[in-house]
This record gives sequence, C-alpha cells and structure tokens, in this order.
Amino acid sequence: MIIDGTTSLVEVEEGIKIIPGANTIVAALDKVVNWGRRSSIWPMTFGLACCAIEMMATGASHYDLDRFGVVFRGSPRQSDAIIIAGTLTKKMAPVVRTVYDQMPAPRYVIAMGSCACSGGIYNTYSTVQGVDTILPVDVYIPGCPPRPEALLEGLIKLQQLIDKEHFKWSRWR
Amino acid sequence: MTPVQISELLKSKFQSDVLYTVEFGGQVSVTVNKANILVIMKFLKASPELDFDYLVDLCGADYMGRKNDRFEVVYNLRSISHNHCIRIKAVVPENDCKIASVVGIWAGADWHERECFDMFGISFAGHPDLRRILMPEDWEGHPLRKDYPLKSDLGEAEWKGYKEVVETAERNKQYEVR
Repeated sequence: MIIDGTTSLVEVEEGIKIIPGANTIVAALDKVVNWGRRSSIWPMTFGLACCAIEMMATGASHYDLDRFGVVFRGSPRQSDAIIIAGTLTKKMAPVVRTVYDQMPAPRYVIAMGSCACSGGIYNTYSTVQGVDTILPVDVYIPGCPPRPEALLEGLIKLQQLIDKEHFKWSRWR
Repeated sequence: MTPVQISELLKSKFQSDVLYTVEFGGQVSVTVNKANILVIMKFLKASPELDFDYLVDLCGADYMGRKNDRFEVVYNLRSISHNHCIRIKAVVPENDCKIASVVGIWAGADWHERECFDMFGISFAGHPDLRRILMPEDWEGHPLRKDYPLKSDLGEAEWKGYKEVVETAERNKQYEVR
C-alpha cells in the first residue's frame, strides 16, 4: 500500500498511534517496553511455607495466572520476579538473597503474606521480621495466607507499577 | 501388660534407679536416674515380656525454677508385638548436662537426640554424629531453654550468617535499578 501525505495517524490508545494499513505503530519506547514487561512477568518457582500452597493454587487452572502472562520459571536466571511466599527463617535468608542476586535486572520482589511482610505472628529468634530487611520489596500482599484473588491483585499492582516506569530500558538512564 | 504393671516391674528390678512414677489418664511416667539409663533401656528392649521394639519419640524438657534438676530427657516407648507403652523420664541436672545415647538400642534415636542437643544443649555420650539439626551449625545458644530470649531481637548475639546477609543487602542497595 502506498502511503501518501494525506494518511494520518490514528490514536488507538493513549500515546499509541497506528498508520492505517501500514502495519506500523508509533509510540514512545517507554510504552512498548513497559507493555512487554508487564505482560510477561515470569516469577521464580520458589515457595517457603503455606503461602506457597496458595501460590500453586493461583497458578493452577481455576485462577490461571497464565492469562496475565505470569509463567513460573525454574531458574532465577530466567525470572523477572520472585514471590516470597511464606515465613522466611534466618537460616533460609542467605539462600533467598543468593537466588535474588542470580536474577537479571529488571527484577521485582513480591512479599506474599503476613510473615513475608513483617514476620507475622512469628516474633521469634529464628524468623526474619519482614523480607524488606534483606530484599527491596515492590508489592506487599497482606493475609494469612492471602487468597488467590489477593495474589492476583498483587500481580496486577506490580503490572501497574511497571507501567509507570520511565526510561528503564537503557544504560543511559 | 498394663503400664502400671510395667512400672511395678521396673521398680522391683531397678530399686535404686527409679525415683518416682506418675500416673495420669491411664498413662504412666517412670522418672529414673540417668546413671543407669542404658541398662534400663536395654532391659526394656530385650526382655521378651516387655519387648519395647519402637522408640516413638525422644525429647527434652526444661523445668528451670520448678524442679531442682533442670532438664529431663523423655523417652516414649511402645511395643508393637505386645501393644503396650510406657514413658521413661531421665533427670539431667544443669551442671552435668549429658546422658548416654540410646542410638545403639534404637537406631531411630539418632535425629531425635540431635534435635534434643540442638534445642536444649543436652549432649548424648556415644552418639555417632552429634551435630545441630535445625539451627545453623554456627548458631550460638540453645533456643528451647527457658532462659533463651523469646522475642526476635537478639541484638549483639545475632547469628553472624544473618548479620552478613543484612549487610550485603544494605551494601547492594546502590546497585539496584530503580
């Protein structure tokens, strides 16, 4: 198709325009990158306690995380996010930190459940009082354990967070 | 045999070692001296009319400020062939915090004794591999003792492995892509 001077851009969504018939979109790179990232959050397959059971339920067919592009990965090197699902003991803390350090940036942390958020009822010698003491947490999900809907809400919150990112795609930030 | 009969048998057999027996709800606990614990346990396992072939559980107890001798090691025994059970408690004072290991009699006591050592600091003489089982190897203190701090803030006494992780996290904050 020949594009002449009379063809005008059509805005299909805020900030995204297409050239009719030319199979082309015109948008800010931020928009495209963020769209790609938020639509394919791949979390680490990693559970610590009872919250992990709820996380598995969320991943299974009834709640179906896959429809958000959330697919659990078996390696930290292929993961974008880590869901800290459960009580983090001090003995486990170095392991979690190592797993997090192996993930490539951009990486996100979701603290799922009371224990991961603040230590919960376990104010004891062996429990980390909130994973934010050892990891930079992006989304906190309360509940003991949170229902699958709450985890979905948390992931949607993370998507909204990623959507607001700016210039996070080059080394010349 | 009923638990009461077993305790009577133990009393007649080991007069000097059995301190007292307590019966409650059909369960009988026999409290004994730790000095001859191996002899008593071997008798319970080997004699055909008792035949305690199954050590259900082995655990510790801390009676700080409530009994003269602080610790007890509790053995829950069961005989599968005779379908009877008994509870043996061995008194362990704080200043002599060790007792003979029963791993040679019931191999299953291995990890139970390690847990008891980890949580209460009671050492088991003759244990093949007495290491901590729950806490990290270089942890200081024994958490289930009554004088161990209950709340999470251990302050200076914090485990150094955890302190290192917190320091690493603090240091690496500047490299986070935010």
